[in-house]
Amino acid sequence: MKKQKRPGNTNTPFAVLSMVPSIAGVLIFFILPFFTVVYYSIVDNPITHEFVGLENFKAIFGNKAFITAAKNTAVLSLITVPPAVVLSMILAMLMESSIPAKSGFRSIFLSPVMVPAASVVLIWQVVFHYNGSLNSWLLEAFGAEPVDWLKSKYCLVVIALLFLWKNLGYNMILYLSALAGMPKDLLEVAELEGAGRFYRFFRIKLRYLSPTVIFVTILSLINSFKLFREVYLLTGDYPYEGLYLMQHYMNNTFRTLDYQKLSSAAIVMMIVMIVIIGTLIHFDNKFGGDIEE
Amino acid sequence: MKALTMTKKVKKTIFTVLLTIIAVFSAVVFILPTLLTIVNSFMTTSEINANYGVIFSTASGGSHTYISDKINLKLIPDKVSFDQYKTVLLTSPDYLIKFWNSVILTLPVVIFQTAVAVFASYGFSRVKSRIVDAIFMVYIFLMLMPYQVTMVPNYIVAEKLNILDTRWAIILPGIFSPFAVFLLTKVMKRVPSAFYEAAMLDGASEFSIFVNVYVPVCRSAIFSVMVLIFIDYWNMVEQPLILLSDTTMHPLSVFLSKINTQETGIAFAVAVIYMIPPMLLFLWGEDYLVEGISYSGGVKG
Repeated sequence: MKKQKRPGNTNTPFAVLSMVPSIAGVLIFFILPFFTVVYYSIVDNPITHEFVGLENFKAIFGNKAFITAAKNTAVLSLITVPPAVVLSMILAMLMESSIPAKSGFRSIFLSPVMVPAASVVLIWQVVFHYNGSLNSWLLEAFGAEPVDWLKSKYCLVVIALLFLWKNLGYNMILYLSALAGMPKDLLEVAELEGAGRFYRFFRIKLRYLSPTVIFVTILSLINSFKLFREVYLLTGDYPYEGLYLMQHYMNNTFRTLDYQKLSSAAIVMMIVMIVIIGTLIHFDNKFGGDIEE
Repeated sequence: MKALTMTKKVKKTIFTVLLTIIAVFSAVVFILPTLLTIVNSFMTTSEINANYGVIFSTASGGSHTYISDKINLKLIPDKVSFDQYKTVLLTSPDYLIKFWNSVILTLPVVIFQTAVAVFASYGFSRVKSRIVDAIFMVYIFLMLMPYQVTMVPNYIVAEKLNILDTRWAIILPGIFSPFAVFLLTKVMKRVPSAFYEAAMLDGASEFSIFVNVYVPVCRSAIFSVMVLIFIDYWNMVEQPLILLSDTTMHPLSVFLSKINTQETGIAFAVAVIYMIPPMLLFLWGEDYLVEGISYSGGVKG
């Protein structure tokens, strides 16, 4: 037996019992039904329960709607996550610099976190509609042809802008709190030794921030999967094909209550998440491991 | 030497001015959508229709005739009016009912998810056991899964428990969502065990140590977690679409997307009413929000 760090018995009845409601709830609402999901994904239907192996997975990968949804969701994540990681870091650096009125700027950058998406989609509609402001400005300035942004190849970019507006402030705070925990003497020594601004940034701050960069990447990825919300609020149940996301696919499958497809899609999504997050954490351990506490 | 420091100083000032300009520009971009929504809510219904009628009347239909010079995204209303608010508050009870739906879906989740988590995180932070560590890993795993993964289990349970199409289908999984446990456990782990031992020596029972030491020490983290849960659930769209087929129970977030095309004249006022609770929370608890976000950072703790 390893010696406990804390003296005295920590595994008291009260401490153990205090976890029971939460663990019971998680078991009932998440874990047990999850086994049902796994089960549904490998049988032919919930009535006859015949084992079909990977047939359900083959079926969804052969489904055009699923492929479109998976592709759009992947593209949307790819165009939203990198700017979310980089721009919020720039905002954090800005807040760490010598600008005045920092707390005012912090509040403004953070405020979209609190504004419900449903409240601002009206403005997005006014700006990006075919007859909207953006087209009028472009027409006036460059004589550009009007574009129906939400039904064009740029539709995902419109959604990405809404995402960045809403999430950059949150990520900025994550970077700021990591920077606040950074040992100041490290930077001072580097400065005294004549390290330039860029050296200090790339070699010291960025390496120190690397666990936060990974965390912000994972968080932005998860949040990018929530963008169905914004798409739904902007375009309703039946969006332009370019905006048809995984959640749309699942909602439509719910309407027909096709448990096999639903379960298989959920499991595919989970495996993809495990692979991505696992890879990110692996990279983090490889490159940033030496500075972690 | 002096000249050198002078130019360095000048350089630094120029740099600061440049950064400030960038910051101000970014701030304008960040504040504009919210500000425009608020400003527009004080326009008369006829002004809204004159400015944006074209957009909202064709938003669903999608006729492709371009009509120029009709859109007027204005920062200052012709005439400040409370027309929209009067209509919403006095003549359209529908919106108030939907607002109330949002309240009764969100508040129980905020209160009970926090309550369950305050207890559980005490246990998770104190009990030393491989099994408990493994369970905590499962919590983190669940937290990292997108809604598309957890919604199917949610639906299956709701069906089994016969709570589908009732508010419980949203509220119950919300109460046991692992987020608050994850965050508060990290905070409670930081409470020095000396606090515990000192109280123990004074003859306090463990329950009273929990109530009188741990909970007060973690008070601000508890507020932070409540703020974060509130904004998450106040914003919900996916859950009601799947779990509540009866649209009269839908929260205002879902309903707002429908009025855009029908009652443009008052849509902005409804949007503003909808953002008032989180905005008030922001004004009161911005520091809690910042604290909560900071605690949420770093999955590996």
